Amino acid sequence: MTSTTHYVAATGVFHLTFLLVLLPTVGAAVLLLGGRRTNPWGHLLGCAMPILSFVIGVIEFVALIGRDGGQSRQLDQHLWSWVPAGSFHANVNLLLDPLSLVFVLLITGVGSLIHVYSVGYMEHDPDRRRFFGELNLFVAAMLLLVLADNYLVLYVGWEGVGLASYLLIGFWSHKPSAAVAAKKAFLVNRVGDVGLSLAIMLMFTTFGTFAFDGIFNGAASGHAHSGTMTAIGLLLLLGACGKSAQAPLQSWLLDAMEGPTPVSALIHAATMVTAGVYLVARSAAIYDVAPHARVAVEVVGAVTLVMGAIIGCAYDDIKKVLAASTMSQIGYMMLAVGIGPGAYAIGILHLLTHGFFKANMFLSAGSVMHGNNDEVNMRRYGGLRKVMPVTFACFSFGYLAIIGMIPFSGFFSKDKIIEAALDKGGFEGGFLGTIAIVGAGLTAFYMTRLMAMTFFGVKRWPKDVHPHDAPRVMLIPMAILAFGSLVAGYLLILGGSLQHFLTPAVGGSVEVGAHTISPVVLSLITLAVVAGGVTSAWYLVARKPIPAEPPTYVTPATKAARASLYGDAFNEGVFMRPGAYLTRALVFFDNRGVDGLVNGLAALVGGTSARFRRLQTGFVRSYALSMLAGALALTATLVLVRVG
Amino acid sequence: MSDFHSPSIAYTALAPMLCIGAAAIVGVLIDAFVPRALRWSAQIAAALLGLVGALIAVAVLAGTHTVTADTALSIDGPTLFLQGTIAVLGIGSVLLVADRSPALDGGAFAAQAASTPGSADERAGIQAGRIQTEVFPLLMFAVLGMMIFPASNDLLVLFVSLEVLSLPLYLLCGLARRRRLLSQEAAVKYFLLGAFSSAFFLYGLALLYGYAGTVSLSGIQAATLTGQHNDTLLFLGLGLLSVGMLFKIGAAPFHNWVPDVYHGAPTPITAFMASATKVAAFGALLRVFYVSFAGLGWEWRPAAWGVAILTMVVGSLFAVTQTDVKRMLAYSSVAHAGFILVGVIALNRSGLSGSLFYLLTYSLTTVGAFGVLTLVRDPDGEATHLSRWAGLGRRSPVIGSVFALFLLALAGIPLTSGFTGKFAVFSAGVSGGATPLVIVGVITSAIAAFFYIRVIVMMFFAEPVADGPIVATPGGATAASIAMAVAVTIVLGVFPQPILDMANHAAPFYH
Repeated sequence: MTSTTHYVAATGVFHLTFLLVLLPTVGAAVLLLGGRRTNPWGHLLGCAMPILSFVIGVIEFVALIGRDGGQSRQLDQHLWSWVPAGSFHANVNLLLDPLSLVFVLLITGVGSLIHVYSVGYMEHDPDRRRFFGELNLFVAAMLLLVLADNYLVLYVGWEGVGLASYLLIGFWSHKPSAAVAAKKAFLVNRVGDVGLSLAIMLMFTTFGTFAFDGIFNGAASGHAHSGTMTAIGLLLLLGACGKSAQAPLQSWLLDAMEGPTPVSALIHAATMVTAGVYLVARSAAIYDVAPHARVAVEVVGAVTLVMGAIIGCAYDDIKKVLAASTMSQIGYMMLAVGIGPGAYAIGILHLLTHGFFKANMFLSAGSVMHGNNDEVNMRRYGGLRKVMPVTFACFSFGYLAIIGMIPFSGFFSKDKIIEAALDKGGFEGGFLGTIAIVGAGLTAFYMTRLMAMTFFGVKRWPKDVHPHDAPRVMLIPMAILAFGSLVAGYLLILGGSLQHFLTPAVGGSVEVGAHTISPVVLSLITLAVVAGGVTSAWYLVARKPIPAEPPTYVTPATKAARASLYGDAFNEGVFMRPGAYLTRALVFFDNRGVDGLVNGLAALVGGTSARFRRLQTGFVRSYALSMLAGALALTATLVLVRVG
Repeated sequence: MSDFHSPSIAYTALAPMLCIGAAAIVGVLIDAFVPRALRWSAQIAAALLGLVGALIAVAVLAGTHTVTADTALSIDGPTLFLQGTIAVLGIGSVLLVADRSPALDGGAFAAQAASTPGSADERAGIQAGRIQTEVFPLLMFAVLGMMIFPASNDLLVLFVSLEVLSLPLYLLCGLARRRRLLSQEAAVKYFLLGAFSSAFFLYGLALLYGYAGTVSLSGIQAATLTGQHNDTLLFLGLGLLSVGMLFKIGAAPFHNWVPDVYHGAPTPITAFMASATKVAAFGALLRVFYVSFAGLGWEWRPAAWGVAILTMVVGSLFAVTQTDVKRMLAYSSVAHAGFILVGVIALNRSGLSGSLFYLLTYSLTTVGAFGVLTLVRDPDGEATHLSRWAGLGRRSPVIGSVFALFLLALAGIPLTSGFTGKFAVFSAGVSGGATPLVIVGVITSAIAAFFYIRVIVMMFFAEPVADGPIVATPGGATAASIAMAVAVTIVLGVFPQPILDMANHAAPFYH
């Protein structure tokens, strides 16, 4: 990247950019602060805000297409100077460029459909108004994240997304499991946040600014030390892993299914988990000069895509299977943005198609649960295709898209990622490409298993359950998304349209290298692997009766997959235990250590100790002793540093 | 020494301190001469007049750089910034102290602190309705000491002002109306440990005099630059002197008194101690290290790093296990002392201005948070146990949201003042070459965010307890104090520019 980054000031219709964020913010404020008097119309306002944002997004999209290519499509709206004093200054600016606009359309478009669906899904929940307020907050925070023109404002949105997800995952806080899941999501995300905030500080000390253009130009100029750039890249990756549920910070995503299903759809399709991919794609200029960090991104993506697929094979909870599939699909996106120049647009392409088919499948799964008394265990479903035909049809579109069946959207995006990985050439390309193909086979396996257990076979639901399709307000958004799952992929790659559109933001989509295998042959190979996955799942799962309880005698591999490949054990060992031990040790020292020391010393310097003891408060003696010890240590350090 | 020159004193430059001193003395006279019925209101009026006068004087003096009273006092940017901060905090604290509305069961202070708890004397006094008002002059004398402390340009004045601010605080801690034994125990503990730390300070002062032959900060700086003196005296003196000041800011391992004393003291006094005392003590610490010992940064930094890391880790880890909101806030104030120390260690201009800004944001948020504590009550006084706060935000959304705002600010969440302050200090730390320290700071902030958010979750997501505490409707004074803190917390988060500019222009020290 030799070209410099320069943003032009927003004009005309682009002055509306701030409304994109403001509208859902106002919605959230009104609904959360307005109290019960907003109950009758709260959900309508909640739906109106993202829809209006979407309309503005479409208008701006049309206007942006009307402009010349290149830099004139990167528009910066200055709102106010946030911290302009002294050596550090940051503006609250919004950047509207092809990359952020694509995200805006995804977030508000899919987000609006999920809002509409929630009107039906949450109809009988007494807290429906609060739910819509928090959904609006989620959308607003995510929009701020993608529209920021500097890392500090991005961080504000980033934290806002974390807060909103915490509130929504724990929405049914009367369930202890929901409260625990919310806490877990929050804590794991904090680990990622530490990475992002350190990256921002490091960028600031290296380049003296938070602004994207300043940092990217600084990175491109090559003055910064390469070790520093690698460190920044790795820290950004840590942040991205937390939000996007990538290894090793993936464990929160499975538990996050405790939230209401529309929330899962929103987290998985339109917001939150896409933030990490956005961060890496946006920071393309940094990864361009940090090849080691780029390899780390690829590895994280490849590892997670296989991990997610393996975990997806073992769960019986329909939402958890879908959650595992999200991990795996985000892994594909990470892999793509890790491959680098030329593949960024492919990663974003998969993100968009995934946004359609994953939202579709989550909403359909919500419809399945809705018709089955909120049952999530697929062993209690079976044969649902006859009683829920519309849901079955919608879910099938999502299913065909995720396994990459031609001509559904997933085929176009996943195929291109596999192609880009192989084209990298050498051991690296071969390795990553093989993993991507294996992942496609595994995806076909566990998704077919899900379809077979849910919609085919014999009825396994209890007598008192009467499965039925959901009301129309839920079915229409599902149908729109199902249609998107079918056509989005083809429309987006038509004549390389998306890649051309994204060029100003993430660089041109040059071919990565020579084709190692011709694209047509590669597509056939992939389809063959997918067909293998489907067949084996059919052979192993659908042909046999499915027991009501999961079998207990299973291979070690299944056991590991059921335990989410020990993600929780990893977290506990690496993050939780050391902290808990340190706290415990310090508390122990505070309670016993200092007193014990006093008691021990009593034998040696009885007189002094006894005098301490006569201070009847019981604790002052130990406080004073620790002060004395501290004073000795402090002065000794000072003197020793001087002498040494 | 026969020819004694009376030093020339620029009285105008001392106006903020003179205002406070006058208000304190008037307070003593009011107690002696004004009829009982009028005393309480007269005391409030005198205290507020003095504080507002001081604030106006600070505003008028802005931009002054002068060393007066024969180099004993330096009136410069940091001094005025800190004096203004302390005056604002004084106003907030006096308002909390002044609230005697029935909803608060007549205020936080004992009617007659001198009577033995539970004695016949105490009962007789309560029946007769005798109420002492010594709390106001005591508070004003403490404020006077705090005003002088960061202005002190020599070690003797530093010591005298330390004592002027400390002695009234020891007494104030013992004035609680309820749980009087706990309060008096806190007062005695604070006094004993405070005296202990003063002894360290004084010994350090003596050694430094032995080293440099002068007690003036500039003189000591000059002596360190020549390097022809006895280094052992210098570093022993510096160490012992630091102990005295680190004790007052509540840095580990000199923090043990903080939770006990904050817990036992009447809550308005805790608010005052956690905010104004910390501001004054950091002001003095900054001046001593930036003026006298800046040239020795390489020598004292390792020890200072150790103290800062220990303080941040101890403060945030211990806070996690607290079950009492007041004690949790006490440990959080320890952790914040550690964060501000990062700014001190940065030893550059942005470190100084960042620390000044941080002190302002942290201290006002703290006053507000403790102000909210006075409102959450059981039949037998304040309900500070965390379990009693369950569901509070659902029953009293306004107070719940206000407290949540303060907690988010303390956690350093963006768009609150706490974030701006933390960012200013941490980025100064990175540019001052203290990146590992900043990493520890960021990690401990993440830990700290956990226990702040936990309280918010308790308030809003837990089922309300059946016979939960009542949230008292605040009297006008408490409401004004909390409202001031809310306004500052939000404004300094969203539009910090003017105050950041002020902090930037305040630096550097003039000596």
